Amino acid sequence: MSLDQEVDILRKIPLFADVDPPKLKLMAFASERLTFKPGEAVVRQGDPGDAAYVIIAGTADVVVQTPSGPLTVASMQCNDIVGDIAILIDVPRTATVMATSELVTLKLTKELFFQLVTDFPEIAVQIMRVLATRLENTTAQLREALASRPN
Amino acid sequence: MEPKLFKYVWRYSKKEQLNILLIVLLSFPFYYMSLELPKKIVNQGIQGEGFSGEGSTSPFLQLDAPFSDPPATWFGGFEMEQASLLIALSLAFLGLVFVNGGFKFWINTSKGRLGERMLRRLRYELTDRVLRFPLPQLRRMKQAEVATMIKDEVEPLGGFIGDAFVTPVFLGGQALTAMAFIMVQSFWLGLVAATIVLVQAFLIPRLRRRILILGKERQLTARQLAGRIAELIDGAVEVHAHDTSNYERADITGRLGRIFKIRYEIFQRKFFVKFLNNFLAQLTPFLFYAVGGLLAIRGNLDIGALVAVIAAYKDLPGPIKELIDWDQQRADVQIKYDQVIEQFQPAEILPAAVQDVENDAGAPFEGEVTVSGVSLVDDADTRVVDNVTFSAAVTDHVAIVGDSASGKEHMGQLIAGLARPTSGDIAIGGRGMESLPQAVTGRRLSYVGPDAYFFPQSVRANLLYGLKHRPNAADGQPDTQRAADVAEARRAGNPTFDIDADWIDYAAAGVERPEDINRRLIEVLRLVEMEERVYRFGLTGTIDPDQHPDVAEGVLKARAALAERLAAADASDLVLRFDPEAYNPNATLAENVLFGTPTKDAYAAAALANNPLLLKVLAETGLTDAVLEMGVSIAKTMVEIFADLPPGHPFFEQFSFIEADDLPDFRMLVSRVEKSGTKDLAPEDRERLMALPFDYSEARHRLSLIDDEAAEKVVEARKRFAARMAEDDPGAVEAYRPEAYNAAASLQDNVLFGRLAYGRAQAEETVGAAVTAVLDELGLRDKVVDVGLGYNVGIGGKRLSATQRQKLAIARALLKQPDILILNEAAAVMDNATQERLMKAVLEARQGKGLIWTLPRATAAERFDRIVVMSAGRIVEQGSYKELNQPQTAFSELVAAG
Repeated sequence: MSLDQEVDILRKIPLFADVDPPKLKLMAFASERLTFKPGEAVVRQGDPGDAAYVIIAGTADVVVQTPSGPLTVASMQCNDIVGDIAILIDVPRTATVMATSELVTLKLTKELFFQLVTDFPEIAVQIMRVLATRLENTTAQLREALASRPN
Repeated sequence: MEPKLFKYVWRYSKKEQLNILLIVLLSFPFYYMSLELPKKIVNQGIQGEGFSGEGSTSPFLQLDAPFSDPPATWFGGFEMEQASLLIALSLAFLGLVFVNGGFKFWINTSKGRLGERMLRRLRYELTDRVLRFPLPQLRRMKQAEVATMIKDEVEPLGGFIGDAFVTPVFLGGQALTAMAFIMVQSFWLGLVAATIVLVQAFLIPRLRRRILILGKERQLTARQLAGRIAELIDGAVEVHAHDTSNYERADITGRLGRIFKIRYEIFQRKFFVKFLNNFLAQLTPFLFYAVGGLLAIRGNLDIGALVAVIAAYKDLPGPIKELIDWDQQRADVQIKYDQVIEQFQPAEILPAAVQDVENDAGAPFEGEVTVSGVSLVDDADTRVVDNVTFSAAVTDHVAIVGDSASGKEHMGQLIAGLARPTSGDIAIGGRGMESLPQAVTGRRLSYVGPDAYFFPQSVRANLLYGLKHRPNAADGQPDTQRAADVAEARRAGNPTFDIDADWIDYAAAGVERPEDINRRLIEVLRLVEMEERVYRFGLTGTIDPDQHPDVAEGVLKARAALAERLAAADASDLVLRFDPEAYNPNATLAENVLFGTPTKDAYAAAALANNPLLLKVLAETGLTDAVLEMGVSIAKTMVEIFADLPPGHPFFEQFSFIEADDLPDFRMLVSRVEKSGTKDLAPEDRERLMALPFDYSEARHRLSLIDDEAAEKVVEARKRFAARMAEDDPGAVEAYRPEAYNAAASLQDNVLFGRLAYGRAQAEETVGAAVTAVLDELGLRDKVVDVGLGYNVGIGGKRLSATQRQKLAIARALLKQPDILILNEAAAVMDNATQERLMKAVLEARQGKGLIWTLPRATAAERFDRIVVMSAGRIVEQGSYKELNQPQTAFSELVAAG
């Protein structure tokens, strides 16, 4: 798997979809590729978040600790991104992500990401757009949920 | 020290000076003869004076008794014909040349030796005094200036000392001989020569007075310059941090300007004096030619005598000039000597007996440490310790607490004997501190200050430093070389201790045999929590397997055991081991081709693109173009992704193959290659491109440059390279061989024998733990620590962190097991938790032995037997923790303040 393929995958992630390819290439080049074995944790719930992981190959489960024990809430695969919120704000990990097969990821650290945003403000504009869209979606969902709530 | 240089020289070199003088006097008759002989050769040998005609003879080697009346002859000589006499006289002349040359040779070497001996003595004495300066005095001195004085400023003295007495006698004698000779030949010509010499002798020294004053200034300004340059280096952080480099430039330039002015004036005056001197010297021959010539024409002087006078006069200005020079030098070195000596005469200096090597540590201290009415006034006339009185048992653990102006750190120094009280007395076990030699204070006590110094040597040497008081008696006879060295040292008044002897006081460290010292070192390192760090130093250190075959063997075992262990943990893929038959994508291209650790700079990755041997191998395996293409690909990618980053951006340093400054060049190169291929590239451009891929690692950089075919070729190139290197440049690269220890690689790399798999989560931690476990199991940990003890701590210990330095300083003090350990804020830079752990360990280790600790925070005093609370130089409270930890005490206030 080469750098160019990684760039292709990054472009499929909405957060980075409209960023210039050379910038994405720089991001990929400056990032470490990390491989996890099945059963290894990519992130753990409660740990401080310092990086996001783009899945390049393999699958992983998202597991949340509940009072009644661990609960798998979702599964992830190629082109998914783990912990993208963590590189924007300081929040502890909200779930554990566990590799379920040989999992290849690209680790985007917070420092790298902020360095890029500082150097290329157009990336920041892109990201604002994506986040605004998400917010709009969430607000719509909330409105719907409120509307359907019995008085 | 002796204020007059001449007295100093005479006192220590009387015998040698007299010896040389004697030989000089002995040489004079021969010198005189060599002057006399040319006249005889011309008059008798050539002109035939004394020969009445064909077949007549004259005596050769006739010796007349001097001053006898009537004339008497001791030896009639050999009767010879004119031609034979000429040859005999000429041969005698040649013989005298040899004899005079021989005298000169002997005299010069003897003078040189004498001068060097005196220089050695002087330098030793100056250094000896530095070692005996009281500490406050040393703090006022600039190291670089002192070093310049001992090294450079006394140097000309050495050259002069050999000449101090001999030269005036030798040259004066020569001049007098020549003068006498001229006088004998012609009184009037002699008188002319003598007058001019007197004028020279009177005039020149007066003209030179100003030069001497300038010379003194030159010496001072140069010394200060050395001091300032040392300051620039010591203060480099401030210079950079405050952007004052240009201020410093101005200062240096101002000084250099002053030095230039002084030196230029010296030159002007010096060469004027020279001019005058030469003029006067040449005035004499003018008079000889004119006056002597007239006398000869009138027949008052024979031509042979005139030739001899002129020949003799040739020898007169030389000695006279040198004599005048000697006088100048004498005045000059006396000034130099005064200026140096002045700096080495402090008001107070420790008596030599305090540091005498024959002193011993005496019996262990018993009883009490008593401090009675002690005051200390510092440089600024502040009373930093004021009438302090207290006592504690020698074996007590005492904490001294107080705020930063309390004077507690001075108390630490006073008790250690490093500062002398201005008034009052300190005694340990009834023995007054004043009277104790350093053999007692430096061995029975152990002091660690807040900023302990480390010598730029290994950790081991620094730890053992505290045990090196005197050389252990050596077994057997010293070899002849050593015996000669000792004799020579004695002649120069130097001590005769051998730096190569074993100086370590094993008994003080608590071990019986030298072999056991390592165990003790590891023990104290564990105690201060430095063992793990030193173990890490060891892992990254290298060893010579020939000297440590056991370690090398153990490491090879560990290499095999690590592979097994990783396999058992299903983690084999975390390390990509070096396989002679396979390309290692986790290693760089350079590592893959060289397949070993370079031992020469020409084989470092950065230099490979113009390493002829490697280029040849690449060409032979058909890899040249492939490497060039890789270089082009890397350049393209770098140009593309780094294009918009400003120069100086941290990414260049971290990630780029190309420096920011070179990026535009490479952009042009890339566009040229895209247009017309690589065929037309200039050789230097090819080299630049080919240099890029050697740092490329497929697993890390992921540019897909090494496909299976290229990998196969690289492995082939690797084999060819090994074969060629073995032939052309053996030993340039220490090869990776699965069954052999690699002396150029670190211990860790030898155990690993491969590269950590790039991008495997937790690889470093997992493999690191496995390496440690394997080494532990094989009992190699102590051996690794042993290698780590060889780690060089750098100048002033700069290669260690501040915390590590403090830990090591405490370890050094603990190693010698003193009766009382004095720690003066010695753990102040450590964080609280570390300090707490260390304090516990030290208190435990010092059970039953004395400990005095000035603490930065009063809260830490709880575990001590006795607490002394100081404020503004006085003791305000003392007692046990229980007694003092009450409401309203000064102690509780300090505790509350943190």
